[in-house]
Amino acid sequence: MNIHEYQAKQLFEQFSVPSPNGHVAETAERAQQIAEELSGQVVIKAQIHAGGRGKGNFKNGFEGGVHLSESAEEIGTIASQMIGQVLVTHQTGDSGKVVNKVMVAQAVDISKEYYLAILMDRENCAPVIVASTEGGVNIEEVAEKTPEKIIRETIHPLAGLQPYEIRKISSNLGFAGDTAKQFGKLLKSLYKLFLSCDCSLVEINPLVTTPDNQVLALDAKFGFDDNALYRQPEIEALRDPSEEDPREVAASEFGLNYIGLDGNIACLVNGAGLAMATMDIIKHFGGEPANFLDVGGGATEEQVTNAFKIILGDPNVKGILVNIFGGIMDCDVIANGIVGACKQVDLSIPLVVRLEGNNVEAGKQTLANSGVNLIAADDLSDAAEKAVQAIKL
Amino acid sequence: MSILVQPDTKVLIQGITGGFGATHSQLSLEYGTQIVAGVTPGKGGQVFESKVPIFDTVDEAMNETGAKVSAIFVPPAFAGDAIMESVDAGMDLIVAITEGIPVADMMRVRSMMEGSHSRLIGPNCPGIVTPGDGPESSGGCRIGIAPGYIHKKGSVGVVSRSGTLTYEAVWQTTLLGLGQSTCVGIGGDPINGTSHLDILKLFNDDPETDSIIMIGEIGGSAEEEAAAWAKENCNKPIAAFIAGATAPPGRRMGHAGAIISGGKGTASAKKEALREAGIAVAETPSEMGSTLANIL
Repeated sequence: MNIHEYQAKQLFEQFSVPSPNGHVAETAERAQQIAEELSGQVVIKAQIHAGGRGKGNFKNGFEGGVHLSESAEEIGTIASQMIGQVLVTHQTGDSGKVVNKVMVAQAVDISKEYYLAILMDRENCAPVIVASTEGGVNIEEVAEKTPEKIIRETIHPLAGLQPYEIRKISSNLGFAGDTAKQFGKLLKSLYKLFLSCDCSLVEINPLVTTPDNQVLALDAKFGFDDNALYRQPEIEALRDPSEEDPREVAASEFGLNYIGLDGNIACLVNGAGLAMATMDIIKHFGGEPANFLDVGGGATEEQVTNAFKIILGDPNVKGILVNIFGGIMDCDVIANGIVGACKQVDLSIPLVVRLEGNNVEAGKQTLANSGVNLIAADDLSDAAEKAVQAIKL
Repeated sequence: MSILVQPDTKVLIQGITGGFGATHSQLSLEYGTQIVAGVTPGKGGQVFESKVPIFDTVDEAMNETGAKVSAIFVPPAFAGDAIMESVDAGMDLIVAITEGIPVADMMRVRSMMEGSHSRLIGPNCPGIVTPGDGPESSGGCRIGIAPGYIHKKGSVGVVSRSGTLTYEAVWQTTLLGLGQSTCVGIGGDPINGTSHLDILKLFNDDPETDSIIMIGEIGGSAEEEAAAWAKENCNKPIAAFIAGATAPPGRRMGHAGAIISGGKGTASAKKEALREAGIAVAETPSEMGSTLANIL
């Protein structure tokens, strides 16, 4: 799950991680008002999840999703050309994204840019702090070309972040005196935020120092542990469905795990590994998968019916492959779900079904008795080959 | 022998009265698994299916019944605590079936387990099966959620992150007549208790295992580490499959661990590392069994 820049800033404020003064606006009037309250140069940024905003262009002809100005009036004018308009960047695709909000913040003088992140390290089973004196640039390139400039500090999960670890990182970044003190406070706050919000990643790039010796988080990226969202209602509320694939939003409402792809053979599978493998084998036989769809272990008939509706909502889909190896899953539940779905939607494309596992005989019987027009497959290869063949006819 | 569990292994189920816990405990009992106790806080004194006593705590259940292995069917919010309870009680093996445990909870669990003698399999896994020699492989030890009938007592050791892909490999080796010594689902989460490598070592030392199928998927580097060890140390033939060749980078493919990030953890890089270690890589998931049979 992603969040907007202004939401990241609000989290920073809540946890006392210093960032430039500023607020979010939904109207041009409010944007101008915020600019008036700030002094000197201010920056206005269109709020969409995709990157590349500065170099992006609006469909109304307005250029650039990030602007600087010293005039509050001009900020208002710029806001009026952004809000409600569609911004296209290299990450949004040609359709672009509607800008509903803009952030107006103090532009800061930068002395030096740094990189600072905390992430969950699966190898060490612990949070790791990553920092570098090379900020504001692509950190993966820094790691590749100059690995000695990347500082990594693994934090003991039970002991937590210790003062000596903060001193070590601060010293390695070259901070001293009051700057070191400010950095220490920021890092401590950031670690608290990371744990309190069940983050998988919080990345500040750049972290900056200013001529008046402030340490500020200028831009941030967050990742959250989906498994923990049940106990993070405030984080879950930050979700912006307008930024997500509508099919994925619909799927998540029914507890399905769906990811849209570009192909034309839709898959409905139980289990993430088998769902990935089903995509792979479709490709192996010369087809292109239209989606990843894991109905999970305990799917109900209703979920299967909804899964069908979602995959049929993709206009590129020319055929469907159902591949079920029931462990937790009862094959008869899937069979009834398929029959139910076919009664509700007018299925006009080929449907290939492969069932195996718990209660498979009953499932096959249900399908055979239903009169639904489907192609039965014996195993995974057979199913994939039949699906690829079927859409060619 | 087989690894980790045998037909006479005494098993305790945490969460035996929940929906999934009850369904699969019943299936395991029918399979012949020695389920000797259930634990559900607040339901101590009751009896499951008129044969398995239920206790309030793992400690009590273990002392009363001699169970050495615990299976966790507890909902995600309480599963971390349930695992720690079993570690504290001194269980030899803990098999966590639960899907969706927060990463921060698992991090604390792993830290707490350091220095203990317990081994954790999972979480988010299908469990372990050591097939028996009865009809449809019954008479063995089934812990978790795998369909019993697809197994056959035999000589292939199966280890996998994915549940349903494990079933594929099991079914294929059963149809080929090879059968399985033990099948272990290590789970699809980024932080789990036991790695591919840990299980390869156990299979390598097990006299009943003659060959191995290892199933991996995109993300992380566990398969590469296992392959590097196998190249130098494993004296049994290994066939492998890696799922996720068609997965786009940056998208989490269902399992919390299955994501290609920063260009690392791709299927092609993993397959290359496996081949380099002398492991036979199946091109499609329907060729796992035949790829193994070809090198035997």
